[in-house]
Amino acid sequence: MAGPIKLSDGPGYRAKLRALGLVAPLLIFIVVTFVAPLGTMLLRSVYDPVVADALPETLELLEDWDGIEPPPEAVYAVAAREVKRAETERTLGQVAGRINRVQGGLRSVITRTGRELREIEQGPWRESMTAIDSVWADLAIWYAIQTTGERFTARHYWNALDLQSLPDGSVVRQPEDRRIYLRLFWRTLMISGLITLLCLILGYPIAHLIACSKPSRANLLLILVLVPFWTSLLVRTTAWIVLLQTQGVLNEFLVTIGLLSDDGRLAMIYNMTGTIVAMTHVLLPFMVLPLYSVMNSIPLTQMDAAASLGATPLQAFLRVYWPQSLPGVGAGALLVFILAIGYYITPALVGGSDGQLISNMIAYHMQTSLNWGLAAALGGVLLMIILVLYAVYDRLLGVEKIGLGG
Amino acid sequence: MNYSIKSFGFLFLVLLLVAGCGTDESRSVTAVSWGGSYGRAVNEGVNIPFTEESGIGVAVEDYNGGLAQIRAQVEIGEIHWDLVDLEIADAVRGCDEGLLERLDINQLSPSPDGTPAVEDFSEGSWTDCGIGTLYWSTVYAYNEENILSETKPSTMADFFDLDTFPGRRGMRRVPQINLEFALIADGVPLDQVYATMSTPEGLDRAFAKLDMIKEEVVWWEAGAQPPQMLADGEVIMSTAYNGRIFNAQVLEDQPFVIVWDGQLLAIGQLSIVAGTPRLDDALEYLKFASTAESLSRISNRISYSPARKSGASLVATHVTAGIEMEPHMPASPANTANALYYDWSWWADHQDEMNERFSAWLAQ
Repeated sequence: MAGPIKLSDGPGYRAKLRALGLVAPLLIFIVVTFVAPLGTMLLRSVYDPVVADALPETLELLEDWDGIEPPPEAVYAVAAREVKRAETERTLGQVAGRINRVQGGLRSVITRTGRELREIEQGPWRESMTAIDSVWADLAIWYAIQTTGERFTARHYWNALDLQSLPDGSVVRQPEDRRIYLRLFWRTLMISGLITLLCLILGYPIAHLIACSKPSRANLLLILVLVPFWTSLLVRTTAWIVLLQTQGVLNEFLVTIGLLSDDGRLAMIYNMTGTIVAMTHVLLPFMVLPLYSVMNSIPLTQMDAAASLGATPLQAFLRVYWPQSLPGVGAGALLVFILAIGYYITPALVGGSDGQLISNMIAYHMQTSLNWGLAAALGGVLLMIILVLYAVYDRLLGVEKIGLGG
Repeated sequence: MNYSIKSFGFLFLVLLLVAGCGTDESRSVTAVSWGGSYGRAVNEGVNIPFTEESGIGVAVEDYNGGLAQIRAQVEIGEIHWDLVDLEIADAVRGCDEGLLERLDINQLSPSPDGTPAVEDFSEGSWTDCGIGTLYWSTVYAYNEENILSETKPSTMADFFDLDTFPGRRGMRRVPQINLEFALIADGVPLDQVYATMSTPEGLDRAFAKLDMIKEEVVWWEAGAQPPQMLADGEVIMSTAYNGRIFNAQVLEDQPFVIVWDGQLLAIGQLSIVAGTPRLDDALEYLKFASTAESLSRISNRISYSPARKSGASLVATHVTAGIEMEPHMPASPANTANALYYDWSWWADHQDEMNERFSAWLAQ
């Protein structure tokens, strides 16, 4: 790697500028399509100005609030005015949605309060707001407003790690029935690791066979690997449903030859088994191709040479072939693992209840619950995990050893 | 000289093309719907006749529900969806968040006999930003060939009864509707279902009921899955959207039976995306699509009931299969004897918590 390009570097200045010009399209492309979206998404996980923008004065007054008794009339008056304004500006729904995430049930209270306050011009505000809903007399709703009113917040990350911050500032674990994400992260890592291992076990012999074959046969074998790679992901996943379901081809066959009784059909899909089988198949080419390209550059005569020096086939493989194929193993394993960690269509279709991965949760929060802050935080945690794993990998095996042959 | 004439001609051609595109663009709206057999029914029943009558083109896009894409378009200010067929909870939430245009029911055309729209639409079928289109229902259905016992399932309780009807069940992998079904099956009166769900004990009761069949449930995501799973024998009964089952019964001759007991009725909404530059055309489409004639044209293709009272009398026979539509209609009196109306406001308040609890429950 050359040093960073400095534009003021004297003689080579023009050449470097030209070089920069050549790189520019790709650089701009990466910044626009990758760095910028990733950055804004990560920003969303810690920055949320909606409530702070809608209720600024209420929040300011709440700073002096003791948190033991309901706030004074002045706070209600300001809150009523700002809720009304948010209602006319049509931002109240977003405010209510955010507060509702801290405490369920407040969404309708706040939107209804906004609608009913339209008719009310005069105080006492506390009385009229508690008349609209008695929840306004509780402390909880004011805590919720305070919590969501922070512009910069760690609460999405707490949430993503199954923690919650209490009004007194302490951070505790979520109640048992709301802990989901840690378990999903763990499951995602385990399943991805297992899939990587299965891909390696299945892919290594195939890649070796292709690398050893005559060119014409190697081409045919490569096409056999590539055809599924070119086939739509959905088609491949659906094909597995046809094969593995209870009344599917495989179960039917096992029942016909008498290996299974008709009531004892195996549940091989809509559970974790389904996710693992389908994902291993979908990701297999990503293991085979780097392995093949590395193995292709290992001269087969070396194995003969090892044998002529007295090595058994196993010894020759372990001491001559395997070490040289390691860069391909590293590249393939890293590729498969990282792809597996972010997969979500296949688990969504065949995963049933215990084959769902963290990416399915991220998709849910992006598309359905619209909690983009939490989705971003979950994505941020996933990104951290990958970076840590990458660092560990680098320390143990060395990233520079990864290669695609050639 | 020759050269300049040629280039002038070329320029003229380009201008003509640009102008041509311009007029086409300005007289076209994008209507987003759910695709599949329902999307086809909307296309044949509304979009094509609308273009014939008004000259405004309709570009059709499919989506899978939710507000994510609308929100992205409104936030960026680049709106290419004009009308969206929404679930009612999303229509209300989108309205609160300023993603949808406010609509006035009094702008809509009266019924064929002159009843104003506000009286003709069923009560509760429109919201601030959404006009009711069709009632659809979540029911459960079974495949007659796979239930061999003498007695067939007939109540919601039967769905949860593994002793009488052993075998796998299909359910949608979301908390909503499943919790309601569990409580109905557990004997909670229909008018008490949402009140029961508002108490911690009631929720425990619903999850306890779901626990009874959890081992046997196959969870589905897309509406097309239940008919497939029933046909394959993957499950012996499944919750499903009534229109999908109808389609399989009538157009594919599947021996499916719908159990209407405890069905959950919901109303679809047609909304306009806030800030669309084609607001006038979109409103014209909305007026056309919400007439009793348009709604019943959809109902004669797929079994969803018109939100307009005057639409019900126009529902007759299926356009290709020729069968009577009335027995298949979710809102027909025979099928609503024991029906629950979906309480979107309860779900708007509790969706986040329920989803967490449901996911945690699934993972246990």
